[in-house]
Amino acid sequence: MSGPTDYQPTNPALKWIERRLPILGLMHSSFVAYPTPRNLNYWWTFGAILSLMLGLQIVTGVILAMHYTPEATMAFRSVESIVRDVNYGWLLRNMHASGASMFFFAVYVHMFRGLYYGSYKEPREVLWILGVIIYLLMMATGFMGYVLPWGQMSFWGATVITNLFSAIPYVGDSIVTLLWGGYSVGNPTLNRFFSLHYLLPFLIAGVVVLHVWALHVAGQNNPAGVEAKTEKDTVPFTPYATIKDAFGVSCFLLLYAWFIFYMPNYLGDADNYIPANPGVTPAHIVPEWYYLPFYAILRSIPNKLAGVTAMFSAIIVLVFLPWLDTAKTRSSKYRPLAKQFFWIFVVVCLLLGYLGAQPPEGIYVIAGRILTVCYFSYFLILLPLLSRIEKPRPVPNSIADDVLAKYGSKSASLVIALAVAGTLFAGSAQNARAEEQDTPPSQKWSFAGPFGKYDRGALQRGLKIYKEVCSNCHALSYIAFRNLADPGGPGYSTAQVTALASEYKIKDGPNDQGDMFDRPGRPADYFPPPFANDQAARAANGGGLPPDLSLITKARSYERGFPWFIFDFFSQFQEQGPNYVVGILGGYQKKPADVTLPEGTYYNKYFPGHAIKMPQPLTNGQVTFDDGSPATLEQYTKDIATFLMWAAEPQMEARKRLGLEVFVFLIIFAGLMYFTKKKVWADAH
Amino acid sequence: MNPDASTIAAGAPIEVDLTPIASGQDIKVFWRGKPIYIMNRTKKQVDEARAVPVSSLPDPATDQSRVKEGHDQWLVVIGICTHLGCIPIAHEGNYDGFFCPCHGSQYDSSGRIRQGPAPANLAVPPYQFVSDSKIQIG
Repeated sequence: MSGPTDYQPTNPALKWIERRLPILGLMHSSFVAYPTPRNLNYWWTFGAILSLMLGLQIVTGVILAMHYTPEATMAFRSVESIVRDVNYGWLLRNMHASGASMFFFAVYVHMFRGLYYGSYKEPREVLWILGVIIYLLMMATGFMGYVLPWGQMSFWGATVITNLFSAIPYVGDSIVTLLWGGYSVGNPTLNRFFSLHYLLPFLIAGVVVLHVWALHVAGQNNPAGVEAKTEKDTVPFTPYATIKDAFGVSCFLLLYAWFIFYMPNYLGDADNYIPANPGVTPAHIVPEWYYLPFYAILRSIPNKLAGVTAMFSAIIVLVFLPWLDTAKTRSSKYRPLAKQFFWIFVVVCLLLGYLGAQPPEGIYVIAGRILTVCYFSYFLILLPLLSRIEKPRPVPNSIADDVLAKYGSKSASLVIALAVAGTLFAGSAQNARAEEQDTPPSQKWSFAGPFGKYDRGALQRGLKIYKEVCSNCHALSYIAFRNLADPGGPGYSTAQVTALASEYKIKDGPNDQGDMFDRPGRPADYFPPPFANDQAARAANGGGLPPDLSLITKARSYERGFPWFIFDFFSQFQEQGPNYVVGILGGYQKKPADVTLPEGTYYNKYFPGHAIKMPQPLTNGQVTFDDGSPATLEQYTKDIATFLMWAAEPQMEARKRLGLEVFVFLIIFAGLMYFTKKKVWADAH
Repeated sequence: MNPDASTIAAGAPIEVDLTPIASGQDIKVFWRGKPIYIMNRTKKQVDEARAVPVSSLPDPATDQSRVKEGHDQWLVVIGICTHLGCIPIAHEGNYDGFFCPCHGSQYDSSGRIRQGPAPANLAVPPYQFVSDSKIQIG
């Protein structure tokens, strides 16, 4: 290992250990005394952030694995049990799911930093390649992790991505059968993905150790791209880099906490709250956001094998970067042309990501092809060309000089590139998908926003509506009677819940004669479904299957369009589901003259395709309320949607409450870290 | 790590009774986890399929080669789009065949790819006629 090894513990116990396994000396020379360039900026804190995220994902993942069941008929339910019943299970799940996105966000920043500052150049080629290996392992891990909840998107994403391997000549089909463990994506697939998803993060950890080792051999790169020469160029890692990383980490944690506590489903897909169904393909199969650019590249090439090759090549090309870009100047700070093209490349990647989520029609296909060419041209044509023809600006003599000097020029082309991106976004907003769906109007919800709470009265009225009307056809199988007494819910007492439960007949058994029998319900029982199985439900409902309503407000959504989806992130808008439910229930209208409805369906303004099999379930005066609320359709739709939102997210109030505490803590903590950092660095600048 | 014995056993051949399927109708059965369309084609559909010049097809194949002799109205195909695996919808699209909603591939009444990104025709699973009204798939 590089770095000074002058560490001698004074404590006799530590001395004893040190003589037999010099791990303390290793920690000291790697993370305390280790000479760090003095001029690093905050883009360099992402290494520490990534290490933290790997650790968090492993810890939350191991605990989640204690409660998760990797079997096709039980996986989805086990995840819901974690969220509803496991102590702080909702927190573990949100941390792990949002953590994956934050992990990828950090890794992309980390990689773009490497691209911009030439961190892949000699002598850091192996360090860079180890990084690409880590990235590939991360992508495999993330893909398999997303399959585990066994929702619709889990299943169909797995189907599409595993099918890709059939493009490989000769061995393709054998590989796919090996991945599936059967003749299609099914239970064997889920089991082996769980095994590998548990394994791979530890492989990642191993490669990370190699990655940090390779880093310490060469020393860190720095914004000037000039190697450290004297002691004046560096500061010891602790306390200088440690405190700077701590501040960077605390800012990152603020963003992470925003997702965990306030926008947990923003980056997800509503379809994944529908249990996997091998017989029904969702209308739009979209991978998680961190795969979107590669998905766009895959789809832009009309040939199956060529598309798969292009997609993998888009990542493999990174391995060759040190030999594609041979410019002597490391940092793009001193390469005016390379700098401009770098920012254009960033915009290309963002646009490819956007295209990956759009249906492959019309202008999106053409744009995808152009941008794929741009992506590969950057690596294969532009960088080698610039290495030969670019005249770089003079680099500073040393890191110490770089710290003393001032640099201010912002790239003009960044503005141009962003303007181009902006017009493309706006242009495609007009070209919005031809959806046969009117967007339901936005309602006011008491549970919206960071301080939202469920209206207890609405929850109780909604329960009454469910019991009297909806429960005749729709199950609510994730809600147990005891949940009605839980904090943050309708607020019934245990006595009321016991009485309510005993009104129900629950199938139990077998008794000692071997027969099933009915008994009165208990608080621990779940709401019984109205039909014994799906086939009975279809037979009673003209072939249609009334969906279980427990998760319906999270399983339904609609496009908000550009630029609303950006504002929504900050305003915490996530009420598409309840708006949709209100829209459907109140959306029955006289069929327009030019529309033909299939037999047995009714016209509904907000149902996709307008033809819904359910007859209008609620009309004025149908349910009367004890609290004097009006017996109107408008009242019913609001109340049932509120109740169903609670059924889908019983822990929402606890989540927002803890979120507030965490945010206050993190803001104070970040402030403390900032001022400590300033104090520590006062003499170094 | 190849499929285990129980998975292979669950994939044993199945028998399907064709009598409930009227002319112009189709059913979907599952075999080895894959959806299989069994379509009782109308004379019009059969004639349309046979009238297409084979050389103009992206994946050339005669209709006759995709059905069993003497049972020409019965089309048995695996309902998995050869592009990226979605399930195409029967009796949709411009060719009175199948339409895949994912990326717009269209198959004709013989299950052959006619337009869209899918590279190949819908696969025909191994099957034989046990009697005039019963087939065994697998």
